Amino acid sequence: MTHEDYLNATYGIRSWLLTTDHKRIALLWLGSVTFFFFIGGILATMIRIHLLTPTGALVSPETYNKLFTMHGVAMIFFFLIPSIPAVLGNFLIPLMIGAKDLAFPKINLLSWYIYIVGGIFVLYSFGTGGLDTGWTFYTPLSSVYSNSAVTPAVIGIFINGFSSILTGLNFIVTIHTMRAPGMTWFRLPLFAWAHYATSLVMILGTPVVAITLLLAGLERMFHLGFFNPALGGDPILFQHLFWFYSHPAVYIMILPAMGVISEIIPTFARKPIFGYSFIAGSSIAIAVIGFVVWAHHMFVTGESTYAALTFSFLSYLVAIPSAVKVFNWTSTLYKGSISWDAPMLYALGFIGLFTIGGLTGLFLACLGLDIHIHDTYFVVAHFHYIMVGGAVMGYVGGIHFWWPKITGRLYPEALSRAAAVTLFVGFNLTFFPQFILGYLGMPRRYHTYPPEFQVLNVLSTAGASILALGYLLPMAYLTWSMRYGKVAGPNPWPATGLEWTTDSPPPTENFHVTPEVTWEPYDFQDRPDLGLAAGSPSPAPAHGDD
Amino acid sequence: MSEHIVSPKIYFAIFASLMLGTGITVWAAFQNFGKLNIVIALVIATIKATLVVLYFMHARYSPKRTQLVIICSIFWLAIMLGMTLSDYDTRPHEMQPGVTRLEPPAAPQAFTA
Amino acid sequence: MHRTGDLYGQFETLEQQKETASLGMWVFLVTEVLFFGGMFLTYTINRSAFSTAFGIGSNTLDITLGAGNTVVLIMSSLTMAMAVWSAQVGKKKLVSIFLIATLGLGTVFLGVKGVEYKQKFDHHLIPGHGFDMKYHPTHPMPGDDPKELALEKKEVEEALAHDPDINFHGQLYFSLYFGMTGLHALHMIIGAGLLIWLIKGSFAGRFTPQYNTPVEVVGLYWHFVDIVWIYLFPLLYLIDRHR
Repeated sequence: MTHEDYLNATYGIRSWLLTTDHKRIALLWLGSVTFFFFIGGILATMIRIHLLTPTGALVSPETYNKLFTMHGVAMIFFFLIPSIPAVLGNFLIPLMIGAKDLAFPKINLLSWYIYIVGGIFVLYSFGTGGLDTGWTFYTPLSSVYSNSAVTPAVIGIFINGFSSILTGLNFIVTIHTMRAPGMTWFRLPLFAWAHYATSLVMILGTPVVAITLLLAGLERMFHLGFFNPALGGDPILFQHLFWFYSHPAVYIMILPAMGVISEIIPTFARKPIFGYSFIAGSSIAIAVIGFVVWAHHMFVTGESTYAALTFSFLSYLVAIPSAVKVFNWTSTLYKGSISWDAPMLYALGFIGLFTIGGLTGLFLACLGLDIHIHDTYFVVAHFHYIMVGGAVMGYVGGIHFWWPKITGRLYPEALSRAAAVTLFVGFNLTFFPQFILGYLGMPRRYHTYPPEFQVLNVLSTAGASILALGYLLPMAYLTWSMRYGKVAGPNPWPATGLEWTTDSPPPTENFHVTPEVTWEPYDFQDRPDLGLAAGSPSPAPAHGDD
Repeated sequence: MSEHIVSPKIYFAIFASLMLGTGITVWAAFQNFGKLNIVIALVIATIKATLVVLYFMHARYSPKRTQLVIICSIFWLAIMLGMTLSDYDTRPHEMQPGVTRLEPPAAPQAFTA
Repeated sequence: MHRTGDLYGQFETLEQQKETASLGMWVFLVTEVLFFGGMFLTYTINRSAFSTAFGIGSNTLDITLGAGNTVVLIMSSLTMAMAVWSAQVGKKKLVSIFLIATLGLGTVFLGVKGVEYKQKFDHHLIPGHGFDMKYHPTHPMPGDDPKELALEKKEVEEALAHDPDINFHGQLYFSLYFGMTGLHALHMIIGAGLLIWLIKGSFAGRFTPQYNTPVEVVGLYWHFVDIVWIYLFPLLYLIDRHR
């Protein structure tokens, strides 16, 4: 039973810290992003407890500013942006395309170490006075007036940007040059397309936020004047430069999750995905159009009316490719043979919650409406629906879906379904009241609120405790399963990607023989190598507690 | 992919053109062409850059994919510059940087690192 | 992944490896375009807002040194391209010679930059405390041409009448001057490090017509750094020179 795989091929801490195996590097990432998820989660907990009472139950106003700032920095730069690409993308992309590793394995490891160094700078900032500027670092607060530890934080995020750039570079080159024979572009799994599009955004956007934060940091250290109006500078220039990356950054966070959903839905509907080329194309469209909408974050901060009109119009356009995906996923479900496994529950939850989040983005893109709801909890609810209800559910669903491949073990199915439902309920209870709060006028980033908003805030905090349970449960049973879970075969679901043709867990070199691809993706009818043939009954998914 | 070896003759010809371009740029800077001065400088710089990309960097002999990569980088730079400038160009005069003059603080209250 | 000869384990053929390395460097250069691009955008906005200050600032730069450095850098691009050619045709000795020439020319460039920076320091033109555009015209230094100094003084006074905040806006120009040329110089230093690594390899005879990817890839990087300077020179040194 103990065949050699990537987990037991070599032992010792050096073999992990100096590995160039993309699968081991993915696990290094899993540990570190989970750590930052905890940091961000603890900060969120403190925010929600503080907001139980209108006058603030927990911390001083200055500390409150630090809580939401650090929550944003930790979650966005150190959890959401790396999560799916660095954990699932790193693990799966070579397997999905039939390669032995990524194009540049050593750069892959370097990317993780750069992330760690960046993380240390940011943790140092958190520990020596914190950060109170908002994750958006608007000037001149961040570059001139803030008394918090801005400089180390800005250095840390700058360094972390290179980690993102190297990962994106690796993925783009790998998908171009390392595909197995027969793996043409239109036979690639949609997860690969999603990561290709994500990598385009990483490559084109991240350098701009790097130079922006560098300039803001230099301004702070040497009293330069780029963004300081007292010295002739323009704070809006900072915002243009910052959002040029930070808007496409949200597509870095959501596109990989959409890729996960595109893998889960056909598997648990036992049907080829509807509109493969449209989903592939829409990923590229989102990446491209996502670059021309950034100033919709600046409607009320001082950009010209004509610019606002242009960016509002383009923001409506960017919703279209996302909608195309939702229609195609839903059409895949039609007349499918649905199994309600945990990954499927997460995927279905994603479709609903992402749709709500996405549609509320259109509310915000409407100029007149934005004047009313900008900088309120409406915005907070909007992006949490997409980031948490969308991206994080995609991440957790993906972890579940590929868990048997990564660890060779199955997790307990009943418990996993309960956890998925808990997450969904907790999430909605936390964030739906925030839409109402925002529309009623409760500003974001304020440490107090009018007493008539208390009921909704209490509901939101109650939901947060259920949401927390929804995250802790998988952490517990997934960890448990690594030792005590039922052993998984190569293809428990079964699914049709190349990664499912090799052992679980895979050998270090991924495939004993370089695969040659002759089939179309998501073909559940004609894959005798996977036990899937037209006319014969579909095998049921294997479960950890059968 | 058979490798195309560019001959040193071409390299030296390109070098000569780049030297000529540099000379013209400096000469033109000392003439008064008004608003055209910056245009001339940028056009010559772009021609020089194009020669370096095409011949020194072998883009002329590279696969289409490389050429697409180059064009994308220029296109994205153009988006960033163009759309940001469209904000500044359509702002009213008093919203332009530096126009509405602020009194600088007498004693700096800024944070000192 | 283990290496057998020149072929790294994740690749099937040397051709695939070469294609991959080349694409990798081109994609990296895209990030560099956007990285420098952010500063070019900042430059554009600030120059159009504060053209007087930018003109004065630019006129304090030494055009001989700047143009000279441009020639030196373009020459280094030529020697870099010749190094790649030498490897492609199997002239191993020439590879080393051209790489050393490139490194030498790059070092000359950095040396001249150092001289220019020192001059700015002496003239109180480093942004921050002590920055003062009126300092040099009123504090002549040994070697200064009195006619030029008088012209400079007149220019600064005219500019002050035009723009009372000339010191703030001039500081923006110099922040961009040091920021952009400093970032460029940092990239050249990294390039010099890469060249040293290549020179070591060339002494060991590593680069042949079959395997010269590192030379070509470093060459791409070096040419890009040259292109950045091709834009920096007119934008920083040649503003309002016809006055």
